[in-house]
Amino acid sequence: MSAHTLEKHDGEEVYFQFEDIDQQQETYIVGMWSFLVTEVMFFGAMFLIYTLYRWNYHIDFYIVHKSLSWMWGGINTFILLVSSFAIAAAVHFAMKKDKAKQLMWLTVTQVCAVAFLAIKFSIEWPEKFSHGLIPDGAFQQNYTAYALEKGYGAMPDIARIFYSLYFTMTGLHALHIIIGIGIIGVLMYKIWKDDKIITDYIPTEMVGLYWHFVDLVWIFLFPLFYLIPA
Amino acid sequence: MSAAVQEPPQSDEQQPRKNFLNADHTIKSWLLTVDHKRIGMMYLLGVTFFFFLGGIAAAMIRAELTSPRGGLMSSEFYNKTFSAHGILMIFFFLIPSIPATLGNFLLPQMIGARDLAFPRLNLASWYVYMISGIIVLIAMLTGGVSAGWTFYVPLSSSYTNDQVALTLVGLFLSGFSSIMTAVNFIATIHKMRAPGLTWFRLPLYVWSHYATSIIIILGTPVVAITLFLVVMENAFGFAIFDPARGGDPVLFQHLFWFYSHPAVYIMVLPGMGVISEIITCFSRRAIFGYKFVAYSSMAIALVGFLVWGHHMYISSQSTYLGIAFSLLSFLVAIPSAVKVFNWSLTMYKGSVHFSTPMIYALAFIGLFVIGGLTGLFLASAGTDIHLTGTYFIVAHFHYVMVGGSIVAFLGGIHFWWPKMTGKLYSEYWGKFSAIVIFVGFNLTFFPQFILGYLGMPRRYHYYDFAPEWQFYHILSTAGSSILGFGFLLPAIYLTHSFLKGKRSPHNPWGARGLEWTHVATPPITENFSEPVVVNFDAYAYDPEADAIEGLPEEEQQIILAGGTTKKEELL
Amino acid sequence: MNFNWPYPVRPEAASENAVEYDWIFGVISLLTVVFTVAVVILVAWLALRYRKGSLASRKNPLYHSNLLEMIWTVGPLAIALVIFVWGSVYYIRQRTMPKDAYDVFVIGKQWMWHTQHMNGIRENNELHIPVGRPVKLTMISQDVIHAFYVPEFRAQFQVVPGRYTQMAFTPTKPGTYKMLCAMHCGTKHSEMVGYVHVLSEQDFALWQETGGNREKTVAATMADKGRQVWAEKNCGSCHGAVNNQRAPSLNALYGKSRTFSDGTKATADLDYIRSSILNPYDNLVAGYEPLMPAYQGQLTEVEVLALTEYIKTLGVTGDAPVAPAPGVTAPAPPQATNGQNATDIANKQQSGGAPQYDEASTRR
Repeated sequence: MSAHTLEKHDGEEVYFQFEDIDQQQETYIVGMWSFLVTEVMFFGAMFLIYTLYRWNYHIDFYIVHKSLSWMWGGINTFILLVSSFAIAAAVHFAMKKDKAKQLMWLTVTQVCAVAFLAIKFSIEWPEKFSHGLIPDGAFQQNYTAYALEKGYGAMPDIARIFYSLYFTMTGLHALHIIIGIGIIGVLMYKIWKDDKIITDYIPTEMVGLYWHFVDLVWIFLFPLFYLIPA
Repeated sequence: MSAAVQEPPQSDEQQPRKNFLNADHTIKSWLLTVDHKRIGMMYLLGVTFFFFLGGIAAAMIRAELTSPRGGLMSSEFYNKTFSAHGILMIFFFLIPSIPATLGNFLLPQMIGARDLAFPRLNLASWYVYMISGIIVLIAMLTGGVSAGWTFYVPLSSSYTNDQVALTLVGLFLSGFSSIMTAVNFIATIHKMRAPGLTWFRLPLYVWSHYATSIIIILGTPVVAITLFLVVMENAFGFAIFDPARGGDPVLFQHLFWFYSHPAVYIMVLPGMGVISEIITCFSRRAIFGYKFVAYSSMAIALVGFLVWGHHMYISSQSTYLGIAFSLLSFLVAIPSAVKVFNWSLTMYKGSVHFSTPMIYALAFIGLFVIGGLTGLFLASAGTDIHLTGTYFIVAHFHYVMVGGSIVAFLGGIHFWWPKMTGKLYSEYWGKFSAIVIFVGFNLTFFPQFILGYLGMPRRYHYYDFAPEWQFYHILSTAGSSILGFGFLLPAIYLTHSFLKGKRSPHNPWGARGLEWTHVATPPITENFSEPVVVNFDAYAYDPEADAIEGLPEEEQQIILAGGTTKKEELL
Repeated sequence: MNFNWPYPVRPEAASENAVEYDWIFGVISLLTVVFTVAVVILVAWLALRYRKGSLASRKNPLYHSNLLEMIWTVGPLAIALVIFVWGSVYYIRQRTMPKDAYDVFVIGKQWMWHTQHMNGIRENNELHIPVGRPVKLTMISQDVIHAFYVPEFRAQFQVVPGRYTQMAFTPTKPGTYKMLCAMHCGTKHSEMVGYVHVLSEQDFALWQETGGNREKTVAATMADKGRQVWAEKNCGSCHGAVNNQRAPSLNALYGKSRTFSDGTKATADLDYIRSSILNPYDNLVAGYEPLMPAYQGQLTEVEVLALTEYIKTLGVTGDAPVAPAPGVTAPAPPQATNGQNATDIANKQQSGGAPQYDEASTRR
């Protein structure tokens, strides 16, 4: 009896620690929101660090940011907005118990997520790597060369802070996207197989909450890194 | 106070054959268990292991400081030793000690649930904890870390070539372990209470764990990302905090203490919850001022987030910011004072039993009062100038962390040991070791207050420029030997009791918590054989009935008639 | 009562503030003892009187009392607030720097203290100061965070890399005191120990005359050294006696309010001057283009301090700025060693003579 099993309680199949399906779903939602609070604090701390440095070094930040492509950033923002809409639609059809449409919209979300990562990892980051703009020991040399090429440049040290924050924050965001792809994949598989844990729309809704949060982080990241005013 | 409590069968013959310990005997059944009780026991093994490792480091520090010029180790090794002591004790013992062991074990039983909300997450948290602990141990064995547990930049990021990055990766992971536990607790406390168990019928132990969980989910992510950024700096040359690259090292201090000050409350709040349970049980009466004790936990959790700047009075934050932090730090002391008075008055007209857990609880009150009051020296910005960074700080937080958290942890382990193992331990050895620990502790840490006032900076290896300090160091080291001996004793007699101890009745203390009255000892896997409905308040004790129990008829009459005031009959 | 405790329990009080400090410390200590004893007596009395087996009454046990809760909330709060006010007043006084103090600069580095007097005397792990005069330390670290700590003065403050911190005290007793590092700074943290020598007025004057016991007078004050740096780096080629096209004059700069190109303002204090030398672009004085090379990594902290001291004297002591070396018209960028400064190189690549830092900021 020590296994983590589904049992019949009050006529519904729920995990053994719960009394009924309502309790199980409500508990999941409280747990999910608690988790999202930790995520907010996690990214919040980084946004705070970013804000303080941008306040201190606003001119340098402005100059460095010009080497980021607002176009690709904008396209990525659009892609994530579409994916947010898609997962909202998937939750909608989960409520309506329309399995086919639910799976279709989850597929759209997945396609968007992969497209986002493709742009990030095959266009944006490689462009930086090709100039050696990784904040490591060789950064100053590489940035100097880059500045010469472009005809403008900021203090290499501040550029290094900017790129450190850029790679950390977009990297951690991308990691969340990758995890999201995995979670949505598992969810789709379970829905497709009519797994017992997919009792109703709640699992889809919780994955949706996570996905909306990841999108929301990007909605902040995009203007902060790509659209710095002069 | 109605005692409408359903009594489980008391005689040994009727003890259920099956319980969570013997439900399955394979190693696999332990390593893959999702039973919160088994996970709590596994955590107990884990924290005990790290506690003794950290204790060995402490013993080495104390041995080295007996002489002004050391002699047993190099300065580099000394720095690695005190760093190891701090890191192991704080991240791998104090933070998980009570919540992850006793909290895991008891929380569902206290609220009438079959398990925590997310049993598999709970198991995952134990694995993450053990893996992160092993990573940190590997880091320590393959080069160690010498930056101290605070990891101040740029020392930790640019001026060390030891295993600081690997250690920080371990600590980053261990943060997720506590987040998993906290999310689990919050969901469980919110949604899985038995019918009728309203918020104000909850044991105060549950309240304190709720407050602790809130601190963890708000604070831990911040320190996790901060330490992560230091890893990026140290290992890959990222520039975030390093002033040589335009960064701000004081920003690191702000972010670090934003978590690490509330972390002090992560360590001590669960201990306060344990004390509330023990004092009520062994006074055989309800807590004095239930709501004030409950709210004071929440007040500590929330105000605790606004006082981090009192670690930075001398680190170039603005003077008036320092004053604001000072005021808030004084305010956060008040709820703790309220708790102390409420615990004391709980004995008023109770029926006090001096069992081992109660000895620990009384020791806790005394030591915590000293720890708390010496905090006033450090909350006051002016007096902090001279004392910060000295042994005064060391003594202060050991009074709170050892005198508070560890004493409460030991009290709780003794209180719930029969519940966890179904065995009784020797009361004689229990009391003896409690007293040894009390004496050893005071002898170790009281001299450090004087050392700090004299100006001995913490983390100093040599003090040959002031040989007159040696006397206090020798006192302290002598005390630490006694303290170490005191800590070994429970490990020995509790292990003995687990293997060969007498079988415990279901409710050896006559306690009134759900975990004693409605759950078998040791519990069955699903805790409750049938769903519980709670129609009574916490701590439904009857002090008068307990006081007359077992007395001769005429003495019973005296108590029932309103007691005596005659000295010779009272004492 | 002839018993004398043979071990110290209180460090010597050798500065003006130490006396008041010990009063606050003593009062909080007394409170600690009184409260601890009171709680212990209360707990012991309750535990014994109501132990199981005693014949005391258990009728009507008290379960809550708002009055009592009020008393022990408001009572400790009131006491706490008194200590708070006292401690804060003391703190503010300690953190307010005296105006006419004897100035000393302290540079912390792993693992020694380097102190520097305005008249040019430099010391290592030692500091000689006069008795009875306020002494102000301006401190910066060359590597990690340190903390300058003299227990006998009850004075401690962190020494942070990248920014100046200050502390002040007035020694009252001639003597020799410990000068410790109280912030873990690496392997030899506990050996970063020096001595503060507090000398009487006469002894101090003598000590100064002999150039810090070196049996010879010191040639250059800090400002003199700063003048050398100024000349070496050719600062005067742009920063003249009056504002010119390229750069503002630095005459009588210290303590003035500066308005920057983005409209924000700041007072020209030590930190401002330091950051304007090392990284001039982020606080660009309104009306000027970002032409000045950044000296981050080009100057040591000692040189920056000397230069700052020299800049403070400009136009104040009648000391005219050093004239530009003949033949130099454009700002001479520092040696771009190891390709350290992208901007300079980028600037030099721009159309000759009018280096352009950034098109957007010149637009303004």
